[in-house]
Amino acid sequence: MSNTLTEADIAQGVEKLTRSIHEANLDQNYVLVGLRSRGDEVAERILVALAAVGINVPMGVLDISLYRDDLAHLNSNPKLEGSDLPFAVDGANVILVDDVLFTGRTVRAAIDALMDYGRPAKIELAVLIDRGHRELPFSPNYVGIELETKRLDYVDVKLKETDGMDLVEVTENRD
Amino acid sequence: MTRKDLLDIESLSRREIEHLLDQAGPFKELFTRSVKKVPALKGKSVLTLFYEPSTRTLSSFEVAAKRLSADVTNFDVPHSSVVKGESVRDTIATLQAMRTDYIIVRNKMAGLPLVIARETKACVINAGDGAHAHPTQALLDGFTFREVFPKPEGKKILIVGDILHSRVARSTSTLMRKLGVEVAWLGPGSLVPKYGPEDIRRFTNFDEAMQWAPDSIYLLRVQMERQDAPYFPSLREYTKLYGVTRERFKRIADQGIYIMHPGPVNRGVELCDDVMNYSRCLIDQQVENGIAARMAVLYWLKPDENSPS
Repeated sequence: MSNTLTEADIAQGVEKLTRSIHEANLDQNYVLVGLRSRGDEVAERILVALAAVGINVPMGVLDISLYRDDLAHLNSNPKLEGSDLPFAVDGANVILVDDVLFTGRTVRAAIDALMDYGRPAKIELAVLIDRGHRELPFSPNYVGIELETKRLDYVDVKLKETDGMDLVEVTENRD
Repeated sequence: MTRKDLLDIESLSRREIEHLLDQAGPFKELFTRSVKKVPALKGKSVLTLFYEPSTRTLSSFEVAAKRLSADVTNFDVPHSSVVKGESVRDTIATLQAMRTDYIIVRNKMAGLPLVIARETKACVINAGDGAHAHPTQALLDGFTFREVFPKPEGKKILIVGDILHSRVARSTSTLMRKLGVEVAWLGPGSLVPKYGPEDIRRFTNFDEAMQWAPDSIYLLRVQMERQDAPYFPSLREYTKLYGVTRERFKRIADQGIYIMHPGPVNRGVELCDDVMNYSRCLIDQQVENGIAARMAVLYWLKPDENSPS
């Protein structure tokens, strides 16, 4: 098992993610909501891939900083970028999109944040990479890449728009 | 970079100021949601300690703290043991024992917030101390100014009124200058200090100040309650010389100059009724932005583990 994902692996992951979202939602409308940061970039790529086959879905971004459960433990609070949901959340089928699914704490925060914008009909979860080791009872609906990691490994995701390149590296924690 | 306390504008860097103004934006966006509250400060306690009367600042802080899900307690000074003779030091000991996370303090003594900040673990926010500082007012003014001038560098603001006794004038001038805004003061000679930063233009004549072509005019409130030792002969004369009367307002509106005021306004003294309906009057916007700016401050401060417990 390689501990690095290349640009090609990531592209393949996005493709798989797009396909499974598309196939599961042939007969219903839905919206994509990317989680800042990098989840928005993954959502953007899915959007482009869907548009290539003639499907247009609305997309929004969600900043979950104010909903994190570890703010009291941080030395400085994360910088707010703000959310942008250019559609009504009430009654929508929402697919949350993130880059990596790990403990599930971000998903918990995202669901809470989303609910403060309205009452969605359904919320699903799409992740580019599932690295395991959940601390909350969440299971993703759509997964691009399953990555085997140890609990303490550090998974560093770089995406072009944010980091200038597409690369995922897993580093072992040697402490 | 983070801090435990917000005591003045002087000690903030331009980067810190810009960070806070940037952060106020996303907080303001929350106000359009049906749920205006976020859980960021859930379980945290905020204590307001106002030794001077205030409705706007106090409720603005209260709303800001509640929208962040903090629990707010108002230490009711007029009815508290302060009236019964408790010293400030003993009050601080009491506050410390309450283990509150944030203390928001207003006092007529300059420097009291600093004393409290040194002796408690809590984050302390100065909500106005004497004629010294009112940093959150300056931040909301800076945020409002940037909403109309996204690139404030080189813009001009004229601050009118009793500069000498005004903590608002002091803090807002400092902040504006740090953002690269040109600042001028206008008021009676007795109330416009000659000391202080040399790059601030001083005017005592309204027409001359208008020729300087300000982008925004910031009217200070005439503090009726502090006129026991009058620095100008009468309110009528003040209005005649420095108020935005109907005649002056016409010129201001023609030139598209923005009007700001920290509130509450004395209609007929600092400004005439027409100003309040003017499309470039930013006074209501300042009130709304005050909540966002204060949320940004509360979210930014972090208790220092090394401070006295």
